[in-house]
Amino acid sequence: MNLLLVFAVIFAGAIDSNSLIGPQGISGNPFEGPAFVTPQNKIDELVLAGLKRSGIQPANICSDAVFVRRVYLDVIGTLPTPKETSEFLQDQNPSKRIALINRLLEREEFTDYWTLKWCDLLRVKSEFPINLWPNAVQAYYRWIRDSLRMNMPYDQFASELLTSSGSNFREPQVNFYRAIQGRQPSDIARTVALTFMGTRYESLPQSTRANMEVFFSQVAYKKTAEWKEEIVYLNPAPAGPREAVFPDGRKVQIRPEDDPRCVFADWLTEPNNQWFARNITNRVWAWLMGRGIINESDDIRLDNPPVNPELLAFLEKELVKSKYNLKTIYRLILNSGTYQQSSISRSNNPQSEAMFACYPVRRLDAEVLIDALNQIGGTGENYTSNIPEPFTFIPEGQRTIKLEDGSITSAFLEMFGRPARDTGLESERNNQPSDSQRLYLLNSNDIKNKIERSPILRQQAEAAKGNRTELIKNIYLTILSRYPTKSESDTAEKYFQGEGMTRKAAIEDLAWALINTKEFLYRH
Amino acid sequence: MSNQKHIYVITRREALKLGLLGATGLTFGKYARGEDANSSPANKRTPAKAVIELWMSGGPTHLDTFDPKPQAGNDYCGPFKNPIATNVEGIQICELLPLLAKQADKYSIIRSMTHGINAHETATYIMKTGRKPGDNLVFPGMGAVVSLFKGYEHGYKGLIPPYIVLTATEGRFSEEGFLGPRYKPFATGGDPSQKRFVVSGVVAEGVSDARQKSRRELLGSLDSLGKAMPANPQFEQLNRCEEKAYNLILGDGGKVFDMSNEKDELRDKYGRNKFGQSCLMARRLVEIGVPYITVNDGGWDTHKQHFEAMRRKLPELDKGFATLLQDLSDRGLLESTIVVWAGEFGRTPKILWESPWNGGRGHYGNCFSAVVAGGGFKGGHVVGASDDKGEEVAQRPVLAADLIGSMYELLGIDPDGPLPNPKGLNLQVMPSNGRLKEIM
Repeated sequence: MNLLLVFAVIFAGAIDSNSLIGPQGISGNPFEGPAFVTPQNKIDELVLAGLKRSGIQPANICSDAVFVRRVYLDVIGTLPTPKETSEFLQDQNPSKRIALINRLLEREEFTDYWTLKWCDLLRVKSEFPINLWPNAVQAYYRWIRDSLRMNMPYDQFASELLTSSGSNFREPQVNFYRAIQGRQPSDIARTVALTFMGTRYESLPQSTRANMEVFFSQVAYKKTAEWKEEIVYLNPAPAGPREAVFPDGRKVQIRPEDDPRCVFADWLTEPNNQWFARNITNRVWAWLMGRGIINESDDIRLDNPPVNPELLAFLEKELVKSKYNLKTIYRLILNSGTYQQSSISRSNNPQSEAMFACYPVRRLDAEVLIDALNQIGGTGENYTSNIPEPFTFIPEGQRTIKLEDGSITSAFLEMFGRPARDTGLESERNNQPSDSQRLYLLNSNDIKNKIERSPILRQQAEAAKGNRTELIKNIYLTILSRYPTKSESDTAEKYFQGEGMTRKAAIEDLAWALINTKEFLYRH
Repeated sequence: MSNQKHIYVITRREALKLGLLGATGLTFGKYARGEDANSSPANKRTPAKAVIELWMSGGPTHLDTFDPKPQAGNDYCGPFKNPIATNVEGIQICELLPLLAKQADKYSIIRSMTHGINAHETATYIMKTGRKPGDNLVFPGMGAVVSLFKGYEHGYKGLIPPYIVLTATEGRFSEEGFLGPRYKPFATGGDPSQKRFVVSGVVAEGVSDARQKSRRELLGSLDSLGKAMPANPQFEQLNRCEEKAYNLILGDGGKVFDMSNEKDELRDKYGRNKFGQSCLMARRLVEIGVPYITVNDGGWDTHKQHFEAMRRKLPELDKGFATLLQDLSDRGLLESTIVVWAGEFGRTPKILWESPWNGGRGHYGNCFSAVVAGGGFKGGHVVGASDDKGEEVAQRPVLAADLIGSMYELLGIDPDGPLPNPKGLNLQVMPSNGRLKEIM
């Protein structure tokens, strides 16, 4: 109630009264709900305050159909099944969105999908230029996955990666130090700055870089008799205590018996560290909202200020308060009205997307898209790897978001811009459309076969018997995770009745067309 | 893996120490560079237009292909003890390459390639980029660089992308490197030796043009989100891609992949297998102006039962490669098309007879061979030499950067010029101190 009041006050001046839309006053598109977002939590208060200052009108709340598809794709990297979709759409419980978010955060695929994300950032890859080799990839992958499954506090996650020593097969965390191009202290410091401070090495002053390298100057590597095993250990420290300087300028004494990496990790994970919580909350925001409050999300520097500093500060505080429980941040963002806005912008202000006045459209990630296509087609993906089995054996029908090794790939993944895992930069993932992607989706045998051989589409055709309207509805539900509008249904009906059109061909063409809509290819 | 002696790329200093420089009167370093600057014959000719890269993935043996060592004995040559003469006096190659022996006037063999790396992924990176690893950058491979300098930004207008891989990408590293996805190769998929070469996205079986058009209309009318936000820049970009894709799907651009108008006799000559027909397809792509085509041929990583594998692979290589050279030459295309044959490294000269290898050859980056033809490279020459067992470079070490730099020069791409890159770094196209001047 309180929040609603705040909302009303904030918006009294911002909204042009002509554009107020009544509960049923939507243009008839299936994407928007009946009204502006209502503030659900502190995030909305802060976002809406920012929008008001800039005179930007927020988007409407998204429809239930948009929400269910969006939240599945964003949280678990997976398309909802027709059954999951229709159950959600029919659910009359007013807090069904909250309930769905809670369920998704506990799903197995949540772990799968976010492990994939972390493996991009932590560069889990067998081959050039990371060269972890498959045994170590498996160990590293499992550790990351287990940590996320158990929802390990993020400060502990970072500390373990930074302070472990031992064999790459037996102490999986040490692969953090191996999954780096180069083994000099500067190479390590560069990677630590990017991963845990969200900062590009180049943007740190030379003196800060030199000081930071001291903490990693003892890291050393040696081979063992076992093939591809490598021990990460510390070289002996120079005699006597040393003075070192943290990136924030604070000085510290490192005694000879200290592991300087631990000294650094302790500093990094202090609650008031200016990089640590900021980096991760800003990243989570960017992963869910399409862009960072500081953007790009791994380019934190003084001359790249947050677009809404209060918002970022709030999220940082919440993370520390929750003892670095990342799911707290996910939950806060997902339950916000800001996240639940439609992607149809209500403002012409060029800053509106950057200020989070709508949910920005993004093409599905390569791995998510192929999984979605395979879900519709009832097929698996053909992966290739240059490393012979048994290291790279992949069970039939394994989902792509569960792929461990960045060196195991497919023509599809390459074409759709999956990250190379060379640098750990967020920008390695490329979701821009290309001509060859379009060719593939419009005209490849792969897509054709998936549609023609889809057991789901076949079952639906059989189940619907003569009821064409029902059939069209089910195809919509399967591919676009919503029911067709009246006019869409009519268009499809007419297509089925076209001259010389067979039922089978019409089903294929409809499925093909829906797969090629922007609505299917994009998160929206 | 068995050779641990030279793990690192040979530096100029090491080469000096080994007494390698100046062995043939050709040197690395500023001397050679000075000569280049004064009288580079390559600058005066019309630049080459295209590259066909025959990439032998896994690392092809040098002793059993272009650098036979019959005098080294059974432990080195195994069953292939009788190299054959070629149509160039003094050059002999493996007895299983009789057709290539008749084309030796068209190509030159480099018998002194070296980088010293015995790991596939790093060796592949070096051979494809000419760069040493470890600088926190992943450089683009040759194909990506050529499509940068000869692709859409520089007058290429074809609907077929400028960098084609037949049929699958190598996968050892991201060949577009930091240039980004725009310079990614287009991998055809499919198999050109099948009755119909199904090229991913370009040729689909059983969808008529009429049906394509009616689908397109249906898509247009059901694209509700696109209609709800017509000015979205992301969607506009997708629409542009769609327009181009339909030009290729519904137009004539894809016809190049239909080989039914090639004579059966010629197709037989190339060899009715994936490699042979890929070579033929590469020629067809050169004819329509595609600047860079890679034919990826796998199966060269012959740790075990190497000689059995060679008896299968060498005749295919012989037919495909030799016919490609003859065919390009017959059509007047060899003059403007560089053909390069290479893999990431060679294979251990000393045969591993023992179990589990049973006559195998391991990885060998210390000394191996590459072959170049056309596009301004002279034929009928041998560059450099290995020692009497093929284990060490005996004369004129050639680094990947020298080979790649020479190719760029012939293509009219200045190896010393700047390499534009999205990172805004000040980089050179191909820093190298040596060109293959003797064959350019």
